[in-house]
Amino acid sequence: MEDIVKDQQFQQKIDANQPIEPKDWMPEKYRRQLIRMMSQHAHSEIVGMLPESNWITRAPSLRRKASLLAKVQDEAGHGLYLYSATETLGVDRGELLDQLHSGKAKYSSIFNYPTLSWADIGAIGWLVDGAALINQVMLQRTSYGPYSRAMVRICKEESFHHRQGFEIITILAQGTAEQKQMAQDALNRWWWPSLMMFGPDDRNSPNSAELMKWKVKRESNDDLRQKFIDRTIPQAHFLGLTFPDPDLKFNDSTGHWETGEINWDEFNNVIQGNGPCNKERLSARKNADRHGRWVRQAAEVYANKKKTAVV
Amino acid sequence: MSEKTNQWPLWEVFVQTKPGLPHKHAGSLHAADREMALLNARDVYSRRGEGTNIWVVPADAITASTPEDVGSFFEPSNDKPYRHPTFYTVPEGVKHI
Repeated sequence: MEDIVKDQQFQQKIDANQPIEPKDWMPEKYRRQLIRMMSQHAHSEIVGMLPESNWITRAPSLRRKASLLAKVQDEAGHGLYLYSATETLGVDRGELLDQLHSGKAKYSSIFNYPTLSWADIGAIGWLVDGAALINQVMLQRTSYGPYSRAMVRICKEESFHHRQGFEIITILAQGTAEQKQMAQDALNRWWWPSLMMFGPDDRNSPNSAELMKWKVKRESNDDLRQKFIDRTIPQAHFLGLTFPDPDLKFNDSTGHWETGEINWDEFNNVIQGNGPCNKERLSARKNADRHGRWVRQAAEVYANKKKTAVV
Repeated sequence: MSEKTNQWPLWEVFVQTKPGLPHKHAGSLHAADREMALLNARDVYSRRGEGTNIWVVPADAITASTPEDVGSFFEPSNDKPYRHPTFYTVPEGVKHI
């Protein structure tokens, strides 16, 4: 009975657009959904460093290398903002990392695709970060205070990622025939997975209704996806690139671009762990954790030694 | 800090964005000691010159009011209008007061 009243008061607060803070009462399911969503988001930032770091040593110029290094460092930072925001919900960071390493927690399935050429780094910045940005701009207004504040910080930094990616693709698209082909090939491979980043379509998104009711999410998967499609298609056309979608057309009456059907079997397959790089990504994460252990232990011993020396 | 954790202690980070402005909460991080907390805070929360000064505070050293306090704890004492300048009359024509 008491919970029903609290539940109503909680919903009133949400409806009045008041942010929810860590110590406020919240339905257990709200807490659980947020932990799931935010930790998944944090893991995506951390795993997202892997496909890009693949090209740091092979970046075509010092300028590109410096940008890529800065970008990968930002992704690490974004992961840390999000882990610390998730911890405000009363979950331990070690536990979250264990869930990632055991395969229990998910991360964005886009990072299970390989980065085969330098153009892929451009495509990731332009398409993958572009799609992420649309989602994250919405999440700046999410109902949970710490998540919203982390998103504001992330969005500020993410626009550099988006632009540097588009610049890479632009230079290639305006280069030699071979370079243009590289840009086209990257677009061909990253386009559909980027559309999948917004998640299942609205009819098949089981969590959406509740997340919208709680204003954790404020726009539906399909609406966000449409926004991305409408923004991105003219950018590619400007560069003279085409899309791997024979059904793509502009609908004059709605003013929106319409794509063909997304291959949801592929999406589900990658989520279930059968994408091209799932095993590689997870083992790279676990290796990093294992190889960093001695550093963490040494720092801890040093901190304790200093503490006793001072007292 | 819970006992079961395998993580370093938690620190809350406060960043001053410009000289003269108050420090503002930026987020938190884990670090083995205060020096490491400060270095990590710089790397995590000020990669683009967002700060001129940083405080790191052990999270368990902070005492906070609870959401249930909102009513009584922050009671604005509306029954004490004499706390506000508008309570007092100033004769017409007097300036700078």
